[in-house]
Amino acid sequence: MAGSGTAALRRRDDILLTVEHLVVEFPVGRRGRVRAVSDVTFDVARGETLGLVGESGCGKSTTARAIVHAPPPTSGRVVFDGRDLGRLGAEELRRLRPEMQMIFQDPISSLNPRRRVVDIVREGLDIWGRTEGADERVAEILRDVGIDPETAGRRRPHEFSGGQCQRISIARALALEPKLLICDEPVSALDVSVQAQILNLLEDLKAAHHLTMLFIAHDLAVVKNVSDRVAVMYLGKLCEVGPADDLYARPAHPYTAALLEAVPEPDPDVPVSETALAGDLPSPLSPPSGCRFRTRCPRAEERCALEEPQLRPVLGDGDGAGTEHVVACHLPLVPAAEPAADDGADPAGAAPAA
Amino acid sequence: MTTTETEPAPTLLRVRDLRTTFDTPRGTVVAVDGVSLDVDRGETVGIVGESGSGKTVLSRSALGLVTARHATVTGSVRLEGEELVGRSPREMRRIWGVKAAMVFQDPMTALNATMRVGDQITESLRHHLDMGRREARATAVALLRSVGIPEPERRVRAYPHQLSGGMRQRVTIAIALACGPRLLVADEPTTALDVTIQKQILDLLDHQRRERAMGMVLITHDLGVVAGRTDRVAVMYAGRIVEHGPTRALFHERRHHYTDGLLRCIPRLSNPGHTRLQAVPGRPPDLVDLPPGCPFAPRCPAAQDRCREETPTLTDAGDGHQHACFFPVGTPEGEEALARNRRRDRTAEVAV
Repeated sequence: MAGSGTAALRRRDDILLTVEHLVVEFPVGRRGRVRAVSDVTFDVARGETLGLVGESGCGKSTTARAIVHAPPPTSGRVVFDGRDLGRLGAEELRRLRPEMQMIFQDPISSLNPRRRVVDIVREGLDIWGRTEGADERVAEILRDVGIDPETAGRRRPHEFSGGQCQRISIARALALEPKLLICDEPVSALDVSVQAQILNLLEDLKAAHHLTMLFIAHDLAVVKNVSDRVAVMYLGKLCEVGPADDLYARPAHPYTAALLEAVPEPDPDVPVSETALAGDLPSPLSPPSGCRFRTRCPRAEERCALEEPQLRPVLGDGDGAGTEHVVACHLPLVPAAEPAADDGADPAGAAPAA
Repeated sequence: MTTTETEPAPTLLRVRDLRTTFDTPRGTVVAVDGVSLDVDRGETVGIVGESGSGKTVLSRSALGLVTARHATVTGSVRLEGEELVGRSPREMRRIWGVKAAMVFQDPMTALNATMRVGDQITESLRHHLDMGRREARATAVALLRSVGIPEPERRVRAYPHQLSGGMRQRVTIAIALACGPRLLVADEPTTALDVTIQKQILDLLDHQRRERAMGMVLITHDLGVVAGRTDRVAVMYAGRIVEHGPTRALFHERRHHYTDGLLRCIPRLSNPGHTRLQAVPGRPPDLVDLPPGCPFAPRCPAAQDRCREETPTLTDAGDGHQHACFFPVGTPEGEEALARNRRRDRTAEVAV
């Protein structure tokens, strides 16, 4: 799946985050390099939740880290709120950090076990000198996430369950009033009954704090539940990006369709599908030529090995314009427009760096 | 819970009133609290529960794998009529692998990292079935082929780290199947794997179960996994089975409020985006000094005073569908209890 190209960018003026031609490489052995993220381009509008799905090793967490420049990408641009992060100095970047916060998969290991809950949530405020009214602010944010500051504030992380630790992580992330919240598998380590509590909480907080979210998960049902738009990744590339309901109803990429088919539905009347995606993820050290998904794709043809597909718009039920649903496949499952020739078109919403 | 041995061919696995406790510095943890369960040949029984519900300890106790000095296992487990509780590990070696085998969640820790996978398969073949080196080797290759490993002749020489997670789990399944067990217990066999690989592994287990007419116990936290692949399902909560029945009946006519809560709170692909999830409030109880009454009562939307005083036992309505609830879902008394709580707004008090 190769999805290169900038077709996933939208021409809107309320874009908060634009990621363009993002590439992240890691050294392997003495001379080798592995491309964990390979030419990924997408954007997130203000107040929107973008879900990023894919199997382990597809580069979704690496993408998230490259966005916050921890570490910075090998190449490509990250434009956040009109500022190109690659052009900022270290101090300018540091000053921007409170605006983009992250929460992680394992809530217990992401909290310092030796500190008290109130101190964990307060730390960011202290660092930025927002000490005035900080105690009240910490208490308020803890109440917002469902932790009682009176009884729980003085305790340490080990006294809490996984779900409560995730609530504390969320409180810590929100204390600095970020514009963007990046959630990297926030509910994967939690039991289903607790998972529902956290998903509902994130939806409530997003509305209350006018958040924009990048929500990374491998569970397609979870992603559908919280996302406005969904991007599907495979082996470092985007396969398909689109509005959540449209993408789930009409998956255009064979990989998206296979992922959806593989999710076991909790209903005994839904028969287990007969087809299964064969094989394993190829090694990212030597990805397949052309479309990266072709080695497992039931529809692959010779062309898929020779030519890398570019992202192009999926034709909608009506005219096709404005569905903002793009796919990178030579043989999509639903009709798509011919690939655009003007690949280098300037993306809308990405203001030039100051 | 009465044990009457009258049937001519004993049930493959017959668990009666199994109780596993652990002595800890904080007190006694009752991890499995009086569980009874049957598994027959060719049948798949699902055990569903959240972390700490006792599903793993139940399966390990049943196969004699709980051997810690601070653990106590009582009750009865009969495999093809033979009592297993109280057997020493030395005696159990005749059972493990040969009559009953297990597949674990994490294939990397289940496999020996310093042994070639072929040797890990032939080990039990040579020991239990007295095979020669050559024959064992050929059998290992055939087993690897049957679990869907490409180029098995080459893979027998591979070390676990040279295989992907899905391939490793296929190897652990090959090891489990090597001596032709009658019972296969799969404990969260796909939790560590991606969805597309999960489907491959579940398909493989299903295929092997049918081919070999094994009884299978599938332990999982994922109701989606048991829905399409089991004949019966037992739902566990705080060490007890709270509901147990034929899979379709359990999903469509669930009686216990915990089962109901679990099914309501999972996000589904069939729901539109941003559907409000009906979360189960609170969290599972501490298994040390469990208070009297139904362990789910503090989180239950229908809990009444009686639920906090008396512990409901698993009762059968006569259709093989058992539940442990005084005010079951969908019954007049259950509806009334829910309505009464709604009036008093009791559910709002439930601590999160």
